Amino acid sequence: MSWLRFFRRKRKDAELQDELDSFLSEEIAGNVARGMSPGEARRRARVKLGNSQQVRESLWMQNSPMPLTHLFRDLKYAFRTLRRTPGFSVIAIVVMALCMGAAISLFTIVRSVLLRPLPFRDPARLVVVYEHRRANGAAADSRTQVAPADFYDWRAKTHGFEDMAIIRYAGYNLTGERNELPESVRAATGSWNLFQLLGVKPAFGRAFSEQEDRPGSTAVMLSWSVFERRFAGDPAIVGRQIHLDGRPATVVGVLPSWFAYPDAGIQLWRPYQADATPEFLQHHDFHQSLVIARLRPGVSLASALEEVGAVQYQLHLQYPHDPVAEDVVPRSLNEDLAGNVKKPLNLMMSAVGCMLLIGCLNVSNLLVARGAARQKEVAIRSALGARRGTLIREQLAESVLICAAGCMGGIALSVAATRSLAHAWKDLPTAQGIYIDGTVIGFACLLMITATLIAGLLPALSTTGKAMMNALQASARTGASSVSRTVLRKTLLTTEIGITVVLLVSAGLLLKSFLRLRSTDVGCITQNMLTLSYSLPEKKYDTPEKRNAFNEALLERVRNIPGVHAAALGNTLPGAGYWGDFIFTVKEHPPVNASANLPEALTRWADPGYFSALGIPLVRGRFFTDDERGDRSYKVIVNSQLVRKYFPGEDPIGRHLHVPAHPHDGAPGIVDYEIVGVVGDTLYQVGKEPKAAMYFPMLEGTGSQMLAVHTTSAPLQFSIPIQRQIAALDPELPVSDVRTMDEVIGASLVNASLSARLVLIFAVLSLLLAAVGLYGVLSYLATQRTTELGIRMALGAQRDQLLRLMLGDGMRPALLGLGLGLAVSFVATRLFESMLFGTKPLDPVVISCVVGTLFAVAVLACLAPAWRASRLDPMQALRTD
Amino acid sequence: MPGKTQPQSEMLKGTLDMMILRTLVGGDAHGHTIAKVIEHTSENLLEVEQGSLYPALHRLEDRKWVSSYWGASENNRKAKFYRLTAEGRKQLVRETSRWRQMTRAIGLVMGEEGGAQ
Repeated sequence: MSWLRFFRRKRKDAELQDELDSFLSEEIAGNVARGMSPGEARRRARVKLGNSQQVRESLWMQNSPMPLTHLFRDLKYAFRTLRRTPGFSVIAIVVMALCMGAAISLFTIVRSVLLRPLPFRDPARLVVVYEHRRANGAAADSRTQVAPADFYDWRAKTHGFEDMAIIRYAGYNLTGERNELPESVRAATGSWNLFQLLGVKPAFGRAFSEQEDRPGSTAVMLSWSVFERRFAGDPAIVGRQIHLDGRPATVVGVLPSWFAYPDAGIQLWRPYQADATPEFLQHHDFHQSLVIARLRPGVSLASALEEVGAVQYQLHLQYPHDPVAEDVVPRSLNEDLAGNVKKPLNLMMSAVGCMLLIGCLNVSNLLVARGAARQKEVAIRSALGARRGTLIREQLAESVLICAAGCMGGIALSVAATRSLAHAWKDLPTAQGIYIDGTVIGFACLLMITATLIAGLLPALSTTGKAMMNALQASARTGASSVSRTVLRKTLLTTEIGITVVLLVSAGLLLKSFLRLRSTDVGCITQNMLTLSYSLPEKKYDTPEKRNAFNEALLERVRNIPGVHAAALGNTLPGAGYWGDFIFTVKEHPPVNASANLPEALTRWADPGYFSALGIPLVRGRFFTDDERGDRSYKVIVNSQLVRKYFPGEDPIGRHLHVPAHPHDGAPGIVDYEIVGVVGDTLYQVGKEPKAAMYFPMLEGTGSQMLAVHTTSAPLQFSIPIQRQIAALDPELPVSDVRTMDEVIGASLVNASLSARLVLIFAVLSLLLAAVGLYGVLSYLATQRTTELGIRMALGAQRDQLLRLMLGDGMRPALLGLGLGLAVSFVATRLFESMLFGTKPLDPVVISCVVGTLFAVAVLACLAPAWRASRLDPMQALRTD
Repeated sequence: MPGKTQPQSEMLKGTLDMMILRTLVGGDAHGHTIAKVIEHTSENLLEVEQGSLYPALHRLEDRKWVSSYWGASENNRKAKFYRLTAEGRKQLVRETSRWRQMTRAIGLVMGEEGGAQ
């Protein structure tokens, strides 16, 4: 039998008919030639030919794969059966589609984010190297970004790595050419060997050369997005000049479209040293760079790191007053990019797994119920000699159809779901790699087969078991024959409810900690607060006086807009992130030896009006005065956390902090700053503990600044008037990140809210599924006991007694499942304890809510069929078979 | 079948295929001719029924021992002709030698001098 013949068997059959006809006519012709009359010739020929139909049939069979033919027949039969009960089929298919859709989407995301290696050359040998402080009681994974001077020492003095490159985030104003608006772009600087190390070839032009990686270099590479958007995708841009911060730069290359490292937001690249000052490159203070290294083949990661660690330890001893960590720690590139989402993704994978299982159990339960309806038919057929395999195959065909339809629906759902998830996660470097392809479809098929077996095999086995043979005799009366199947159904139900409890408890905990996060007090005013940022290009504003003049004029103009309460400048805002820290010593405290840990604190710069505009309370001392804004009086304000940690039982006012001077101050080195005030704590990120912080006076304000404006009403409506004021001062200055304070804080909640929302969706779905399952089982139990109930009633049982009987029947497995589920969730929720904020794994509110909800759902699902059973007319009930 | 001597229609398994291949050595033929040739050369001892002829032809075609094409018969009727392929010729040689050994062996068992020829 060949597939070719199978698919062409209709044509082959027609051909055969022709062939047989020609045989017949040859035979007739032969007979006539032998002298028979035409009629006799025809008759004789036909007799000789025999049954041509049989020949055709046997050839047809010869060309048909038998198992396949059976499968088609079974599927056709299953399709007809399913069509007869559309309600059941639709529920089952929708249940499957939801579960499969969720599972496929999640798999797609996990694969793109966690499993797929980055498209770099030999990515297994790439690691990101961080500095690591062993002491400090710090957690094992405490990592510090790298200072450039440390990196250059590593690179010069070690051999275990084939190459090492350094990356630092930057920001530029891309000045408009002709009539284009100026634009503030996120950028990165990278050492010239970065792209070669990663194995990335530019789409157009070339990468940086070694000569270009030095201060004053004008080379720039464009990311694909800015190349397409701003330069119309014209390759002629290579070699042309653009203007960054008012200075000309030459485009040397364009990166390929898939390149999204370290994240998708980077619009252009500059050589690492292009805008660096010699101080920056030689100091060990500025821990703001990422180091990526390629391991030399044949060298173990441990030994390569040991070498770097030794260099680092030397540096640590050599610069006791600089924040030089004593060791280094690696992270694989993949982990470095996906680290923050790994845990939520794992959690969601488990949630989806649970839901898939619940869905399968549900379909399984529904199929058992249908199997019961066909119990007699199956019994009769097996009594008449139908093989068990055939019967199982027939029933499996139904679950195949349901699961296949569910799978189709699931794929459709997940296409939509992954699209919106990829959008919600567009900051993730690998987010644009989230799409559905062959692997995912393969996974879906595997899932479908598994689901088919889980959902189909149990019911199929239960309806065709040996015990079934008794059904024939027993079915007439009591229904006792189905005891084993009733047990099976109750077990399925208990499991289903148990898993639902685990899901609901987890979702409840995540939701509660999310709500907690949402309502956290960050320590400043968040309502009616508009923020935006700009950065003054150094070429145009080349003296501190010019910068100061601009900042003051802007604040003056903004404060005069009607409806503005207060306006202030700072380098960052509460809730806007970590930004950076300095290590300091206290002048008045006895000097500590070199190996002791130096205290560290977040570093912020603030305008005199910063604290009052943001509503950060003064605890002690005073705020900065207006004349301290631009002068070098070396005053500092600290927060309460710093006082608690480093000045316990001591008045910090008048003490001095020994800190690196402002990098643009012209007085490099370590300078003493006098503490003039103590302010309340603010959170640098929602969900993190407050850190010690120091605020320095906003000097000339280089780099990017945040403008915070406290308004009387809806803050966003002030965004245009404020931007107009900026444009009036400098029409070429771009403004970015116009957001309300709520949005700034919300940004750090995106991950938490996303996982809370997703798990909640899963939990609500599984609650729904459990309710459907419960209702289905109980109505079935009720119909099965119709006769028994009729007898009870005829013997004088009261309706409320029957109601109680039926209710108890349904509630027992429900309560058992509830108990088991709670026990399991006590263990399961410990696994994601670290993701919870202000919520304990055994939160009584969450647990009682879950128990209450599930109990209510169970009672409702039990009550309906129980009530119907108690309404039975006894005569009717007895008469039904 | 009345008025006719009962032919030896029960054939040894596999021998039909061999005989069809042997018949086709003489040239391409359609089903009717093949059946007639086998009947005549066996002096009407063997009657080929279509019930076994056509499945056999299709089987041989599947194994690529014969190929087929539509053509006109001697009486100018449309008929499907079969042709021996190179592979089929090799198969015929194999089958024939196997058959010779077999008949000789059976002949020896049946006590015939030198086996049946």
